[in-house]
Amino acid sequence: MAETSFDLIVVGGGPGGYVAAIRAAQLGMKTAVVERENMGGICLNWGCIPTKALLRTSEVYSLIKHADAYGLSVKEVSFDAKKIVDRSRKVANQLSSGVSMLMKKNKITVFDGAAKLAGTDGAKRKIAVALKDKSNVTLTAKDVILATGARARQLPGLESDGKLVWSYKEAMVPPEFPKSLLVIGSGAIGIEFASFYRTMGAEVTVCEVLDRVLPVEDEEVSAFAKRAFEKQGMKILTGATVSNLKKGAKNVTATITVGGKAQDITVDRVISAVGIVGNVENLGLEGTKVKVEKTHIVIDQWGATGEPNVYALGDVAGPPWLAHKAMHEGVLVVEKIAGVKGVHPMKTENIPGCTYCQPQVASIGLTEAAAKAKGLQLKVGKFPFIGNGKAIALGEPEGFIKTIFDAKTGELLGAHMIGAEVTELIQGYSIAKTLETTEAELMATVFPHPTLSEMMHESVLAAYGRTLHI
Amino acid sequence: MAINILMPALSPTMTEGKLAKWHVKVGDTVKAGQVMCEIETDKATMEVEAVDEGRIGQLVVPEGTEAVKVNAVIAILLEEGEKSVPAGAPTAAPPPAAAIAAAVVAPAPKAAATAAPAPQPAAAPSGARVFASPLAKRIAADKGLDLSRIKGSGPGGRIVKADVEQVKPGAAPAAAPVPKAAPAFTPQPVFAALGDTRVPHTSIRKVIARRMLESKQTVPHFYLTVDFEIDALLTARAAINEVARKKDAKVSVNDMVIKACAKALRDHPECNASWTEDEMIEYGAVDISVAVATDRGLITPIIRNADIKGAAQISIEMKDLAGRAKSGKLKLEEFQGGGFTISNLGMFGVRDFGAIINTPQAMILAVGAGEERVVVRKGEMVIRNIMSCTLAVDHRVVDGALGAQFLQTLKAYIEQPAAMLV
Repeated sequence: MAETSFDLIVVGGGPGGYVAAIRAAQLGMKTAVVERENMGGICLNWGCIPTKALLRTSEVYSLIKHADAYGLSVKEVSFDAKKIVDRSRKVANQLSSGVSMLMKKNKITVFDGAAKLAGTDGAKRKIAVALKDKSNVTLTAKDVILATGARARQLPGLESDGKLVWSYKEAMVPPEFPKSLLVIGSGAIGIEFASFYRTMGAEVTVCEVLDRVLPVEDEEVSAFAKRAFEKQGMKILTGATVSNLKKGAKNVTATITVGGKAQDITVDRVISAVGIVGNVENLGLEGTKVKVEKTHIVIDQWGATGEPNVYALGDVAGPPWLAHKAMHEGVLVVEKIAGVKGVHPMKTENIPGCTYCQPQVASIGLTEAAAKAKGLQLKVGKFPFIGNGKAIALGEPEGFIKTIFDAKTGELLGAHMIGAEVTELIQGYSIAKTLETTEAELMATVFPHPTLSEMMHESVLAAYGRTLHI
Repeated sequence: MAINILMPALSPTMTEGKLAKWHVKVGDTVKAGQVMCEIETDKATMEVEAVDEGRIGQLVVPEGTEAVKVNAVIAILLEEGEKSVPAGAPTAAPPPAAAIAAAVVAPAPKAAATAAPAPQPAAAPSGARVFASPLAKRIAADKGLDLSRIKGSGPGGRIVKADVEQVKPGAAPAAAPVPKAAPAFTPQPVFAALGDTRVPHTSIRKVIARRMLESKQTVPHFYLTVDFEIDALLTARAAINEVARKKDAKVSVNDMVIKACAKALRDHPECNASWTEDEMIEYGAVDISVAVATDRGLITPIIRNADIKGAAQISIEMKDLAGRAKSGKLKLEEFQGGGFTISNLGMFGVRDFGAIINTPQAMILAVGAGEERVVVRKGEMVIRNIMSCTLAVDHRVVDGALGAQFLQTLKAYIEQPAAMLV
């Protein structure tokens, strides 16, 4: 019989949960993870990682199609949808089993099943686990972390059916690629799929209810992205609502209303990417002091819920719904539980966000509009890819890097990037923000030549009217 | 009408002080000249006397209060016929000069002897590195906050934006006025580890640090070392003490060195001088500062006119000054000024050392231990009591040859003490 008494039980084996478990094990806590599906959660199995595998395929495909621009002759490029999806699944599986190994290495007990709060036993919390093998087990632990994640939001009338109307899950493992596609929602998930399928040849229409694509990004980034997508042949409808899905045998007819005018379009498939809801059901929260608001568990800055010794983190505990935010919370919540000194709460403005469409988008901190709304005096710098040697050599001259500073203090308030590889660049500004650098240190930093990162330097210089290469 | 007694400025640069002790209580009748309270500044504790007659109506500032601002009302004196403190008192605004009812016992210090306040280094005045984010540093600079007085909440105690922003205006620890000149050096980082203790600087420690740094950085020192044979001095001292005992005095070697230096300075007035940008100031009086170690740090009380005082008189004064230096009760004029300093570490067995000039003076004599040494006299090895001394000299004021001549004269007085009587 496996051990049932622990210092800490983590419910959910996604990036927030498994990182919390590893940190707890490092701190000498006897730790268990309960996972109802696959270790690694959505991120590794149905999110971040497999989509990156798909998008790599579309990127390479796009490069090959433009081989001529690089002086290469390539004839008859074609693809095999099954192989593309297989590769993506292999990548996901490799990483998921990697996480299982990490659990083993850190002597963390993993229970395959669904967990539920089940009251207390003296000072300990009880967790009832319905195991996959249909048996039940009751575990006890001093502290419990709920890291159950989130799932796609289903809007009435636009529910995914797994066949014609997809959520991210079906969109990731299509038996064949659709010829035409309607993507509802232009957040990171919607746009990444739109970008992938467009590159692979589908006619793609994106419907966004707000007035711009990637609505959480800086307005200039949204505008630039929209132009880039349209140039690739994507149809972008903003301020648009989808009201009716008429499903045929092999296609769907959707009614889209833009500015009071309704129009019908018929597509092979629809991807519904209209946000997510927290997985708060069947956790035994009823009758506890754990508070749920808008499908998310309410926590304080240390992840504490209203219920003693019950913590929550990651997607289930609210936005931003990002794996790296969940992982960081995993560490800080566990360290707080363990009484580690010098733990700091998460600063939302220091969490970067990345979208892996083509061109890539990455950002951190305040948008220009948000900074202005705070009443701050700003210094804003912008540097285009066309002014960067490496970008031109790569054949990626489109995009820009924008930086926003508080004119009074020199604080880097925000950075917004669009263009090739910016998702790999944004960490530079993350470090800058975490260290609280001002423009002076960024200007004094030597950026290697020739790299795309030089644009990060130039953008800062531009904010102070000192840019060199434009 | 009631008279407001204000916190006096005990020196031109004093902005605040500690009200160390009240010598009067409410209801006491005070006469002009009576000591009312003791006030502690960065260097000393001073007694404050009443200048008006009256009855203490209220002690506004309680005993032990730190950082009482100059001209703040500390007490209210009632005049004859007044029964109580009028409503509305104490007044916060500084009243006209006529209302100032307290006077410092010490007169204002000689302007020439008081150096202008030295510029504060822009870096952490403590010299230790303050870990702060660039953003926190900039905000602190904008707000005029002293980072060394802010507690950091970041990793490893690093000061971050939030810490600086939390400092409320008013309660803000203000930084020293930003100097025009950049600091001449970047202090090396101090790596404080677990178990190390952080001791906040006392004001006297800060003054010592600032003045010593200023001296070492701005005064071109050179050093001259000589050995004095002090057998005759010891013999003379014993003879003097036979007489001095009747005066309850016991003359030390150091007292005799003070006397000898004073005589030598009288002979070389160019050495009893200070450098200023425009001219040299040669002092008329021979006032010798003597370094006294106290629990709170170094202080240099002054034997005034030491060249015309007898050894016993010097000894009695020195004992009194040293005692009060140790209890922090020196008056301002007792340690401000002086034209020459003697620092003696002989009692610790130190053989010879170089001292830092006590600016704006031009010379300081570092006195080592008197000890029996084998020396050669007329081709023979003999044992003599030898005392090594090193004179540090400000080259702007005194050149090497002049410094050497001064030492020659000093040597003559020390080795033939009778010459001091001439």
